[in-house]
Amino acid sequence: MVDALVQLGQLLLVLLIAPLLTGYVRKIKAHLVRRRGPRVIQPYRDLLKLLRKEVVLAENASWVFRVAPYIIFATTWIAVALVPTFATGLVLSGAADFIAIVALLGSARFMLALAGLDVGTSFGGIGSSREMMIASLAEPALLMVVFTVSLLAGSTQLSSVASFIQGPEVGLRVSLAMALVGLVMVAIAENARIPVDNPATHLELTMVHEAMILEYSGRHLAVIEAAASLKLLLYLSVIACVFAPWGIAVAGDSLENYAISLLLYGLKLAAGGFLLAVFETAIAKMRVFRVPDFLGAALMLGLLATLLLFVSRNA
Amino acid sequence: MALEVLLWCVAAHLASAPVALVERSKKATPFTYAAALGISAIALGTAIWSLLAAPVGAQTLHLPIGLPWLGACVRLDPLAAAFLVVVNLGSAAASLYGLGYGRHEKEPRRVLPFFPAFLAGMNLVVLADDAFTFLLSWEFMSLSSWALVMAHHRESGNARAGYIYLLMASVGTVSLLLGFGLLAGPGGGYAFDAIRANSVSASVSAAVLALGLFGAGSKSGLVPLHVWLPLAHPAAPSHISALMSGVMTKVAVYGFIRIVFDLSGPPAWWWGAVVLLFGGVTAALGVLQALMEHDLKRLLAYHTVENIGIIFIGLGLALAFRANSMPAAAALAMTAAIFHVFNHSVFKSLLFFGSGAVLTATGERDMERLGGLVHTMPLTAFAFLIGSAAISALPPFNGFVSEWLTFQAILLSPQLPQWILKFLTPAVGALLALSAALAATCFVKAFGMSFLGRPRSRAALDAHETDAFSLTAMAVFVILCLAAGILPGYVIDALGPAVQAAVGTQLPPQTGMGWFTIVPIAEVRSSYNGFVLFILVALASVLAAYIIHRWASHAVRRSAPWDCGYPDPSPATQYTAGSFAQPIRRVFGSVVFRAREEIHIPAPGDTGPARMRVDLRDLVWDALYAPIDRIVSVTADGLNRFQFMTIRGYLTLVAAALVTLLVILAIWH
Repeated sequence: MVDALVQLGQLLLVLLIAPLLTGYVRKIKAHLVRRRGPRVIQPYRDLLKLLRKEVVLAENASWVFRVAPYIIFATTWIAVALVPTFATGLVLSGAADFIAIVALLGSARFMLALAGLDVGTSFGGIGSSREMMIASLAEPALLMVVFTVSLLAGSTQLSSVASFIQGPEVGLRVSLAMALVGLVMVAIAENARIPVDNPATHLELTMVHEAMILEYSGRHLAVIEAAASLKLLLYLSVIACVFAPWGIAVAGDSLENYAISLLLYGLKLAAGGFLLAVFETAIAKMRVFRVPDFLGAALMLGLLATLLLFVSRNA
Repeated sequence: MALEVLLWCVAAHLASAPVALVERSKKATPFTYAAALGISAIALGTAIWSLLAAPVGAQTLHLPIGLPWLGACVRLDPLAAAFLVVVNLGSAAASLYGLGYGRHEKEPRRVLPFFPAFLAGMNLVVLADDAFTFLLSWEFMSLSSWALVMAHHRESGNARAGYIYLLMASVGTVSLLLGFGLLAGPGGGYAFDAIRANSVSASVSAAVLALGLFGAGSKSGLVPLHVWLPLAHPAAPSHISALMSGVMTKVAVYGFIRIVFDLSGPPAWWWGAVVLLFGGVTAALGVLQALMEHDLKRLLAYHTVENIGIIFIGLGLALAFRANSMPAAAALAMTAAIFHVFNHSVFKSLLFFGSGAVLTATGERDMERLGGLVHTMPLTAFAFLIGSAAISALPPFNGFVSEWLTFQAILLSPQLPQWILKFLTPAVGALLALSAALAATCFVKAFGMSFLGRPRSRAALDAHETDAFSLTAMAVFVILCLAAGILPGYVIDALGPAVQAAVGTQLPPQTGMGWFTIVPIAEVRSSYNGFVLFILVALASVLAAYIIHRWASHAVRRSAPWDCGYPDPSPATQYTAGSFAQPIRRVFGSVVFRAREEIHIPAPGDTGPARMRVDLRDLVWDALYAPIDRIVSVTADGLNRFQFMTIRGYLTLVAAALVTLLVILAIWH
């Protein structure tokens, strides 16, 4: 019963705080370049505004274009809801392990790339083509990270991984460090952050994510933006769950433990968002065709970490 | 009982083959396909029944036909039954599809007689229980499919495709023939029972592995023996392409499992390494070549190569686990492989049916001349979309489940003691992950370019929805893609006896896990529940759409596309298949294909068009087949001289040959 409540709570929680995280990262970035920046609740206002507006639909947009936003949103939402954020032992966590969560994100991306191609504009095409190029390196890199942590923990379930990392037998490991670096690189690429893509740009030749959703407006744009916020939350939560699971509540904990773990989760997100903002401000965007090198490095790190674990259990 | 029914089905197929030749009226097409549909449906029912309900064990039968001292042995065990389900499911759907698609055939008599013969051949290979019957049916299957590839032999390239197919098929059969010869040994017991009883030495069984891998690999499209496949499969009419890609390659996989797992005795650990290596390379190279391809049917054929690679990765893992006596892991890897066999036959047939519908509606296979078909062919587009998602291993469809099982098997492999396997398995895992991601890219391209965007040609603009028979056949597979994806436990349990027959153990029953969860090893280790995921995603999206439409806004205004303010009315300004794949070509192409781009931009003032040419090389062809081709040509040229000699020359040769033979004989004694 408690498990079901925790699961339901997490479903609603991630939906509620995802725009806040986006607003928070924007605020920090603004402060770092000595701007005041919009308030942290601005993403909520944007979403509400967009939701109330009518949709301006391109004349030849098909049902794929109209259905895609909801599928993207639902898939991403469910994927975040299955990651142990502040508590393990979610009712539904048995439905999808780490590999399935990666694949769910793949489903969302598949629909998004198709939506980019639907109207038949050149910007949509450029966005889809580049997004899929990035994804076809980022996804294997992510799976290699999954392999690494699963080999260590002996399980692909995120909750088992979290409890293993908290256990005494982890210690400092080369493979985990490599996996962390690889995961961060993938997270940057998948969330269209600098240096891979710039979420704030509308400069035609460099945009990837924005180019795909160029034709979207109104409520469709709102749910896609919400999905993008959820995806950022997902990656930060996964990093927190796998590499910093301390204080995460387990099934049967007391109410105050849940409160503490909730607070800790907020702190972890704040720290992660802060680091992301600092990183984004400190680095320049790279050319699109340097991205494969960047992600290739992530893939190699993941592969190396996995190989190390195949060779020695103590690496 | 089941075996007799299946044999009668084969006989009925064979009997219906000549009807198309006798019947000259237009009734021949519906008759042939309706008969094939009925017979395949009966065979399918029988195969499913014998897999699910029949007592464990094998039924055998000895037919008094064929070689007088051997006869023909046939056998039905769970492994054969599982593959018969795949064969007859594909056959039934292809026949149903053919009822509609076959009406557009200009020369039906080039297709109709060979269609039932092909179905009969595939069934017989799986039923065969002695080397002679096996090879005869194998060759029968090859030749009848060759005739179907050659049905449109006047179209450019098809004759060459047929020729290369025939060559590769014969070489493959020769290799299997030698393999069976080695297995039977000097005693010459060609019945499979005799082969099982006859234990061979390690070196002989290694040679059998090599020959079996070559023979079955050349039929199923294992790199580097895949070159014929992307030429021959698309050349046939689309329902035949579906059968060849979706079903015949699986019969070859069956042949491999039968020879290597069943007949050649206990495996050595390095067998697994060899098969894994071939599987990994095949998966990655197949999908990369598919990405470079703009012909819809050929793209699908290259994906067959990729998926065969995935199946062989599973088989390689199963061999490695079995050699190291890890029965649970071997059962997991084998389940993954056979599950993927089933899945691939479903979604690849679906995709070929879709491409056939596009071909009928537009006359085009080139994606650069398609586009916008989602408006004119909405049902075909939906079916193709589901097939694309399934082959890209996206949840909640079936392709994901078998890849997930393969990943789980890979994650068990650190326990293998051999060092080569420790290095090879993670590398193959990375290749598998890479090919899954690239497959998604490729199917965004295939679906996006063919069905989305604006029509790139007149033919694409005037397309119309395909007929009801074809749509029904596609609908069956769409349902199967989803059903096998959200209820994988039932499929795994049904395949259990087949896995047991191949590796000696099977996975624990999955249907009792509750809420349709699958748990291959243990619950703390991994579990997956496609049903819950599907329900959750469906609920969440419907709920979101409902809430937004009810309380926020549901207004829609149609307008011109925005495109950053510069929309161009010409469809030629859209992204093309070539431009979509360009980033991937830059990342992988320069190494894998030696890709070169030549860009010609006219001088200022010159009104001529700018041109770009991309040159891709097939390194497998260059490194392996071109030298063979050259050696054969040079030898043939040399021998050609003997054809144009004078009568004196011939007489001298005859005399010289006679003298040489006499000398040899003299020395001999």
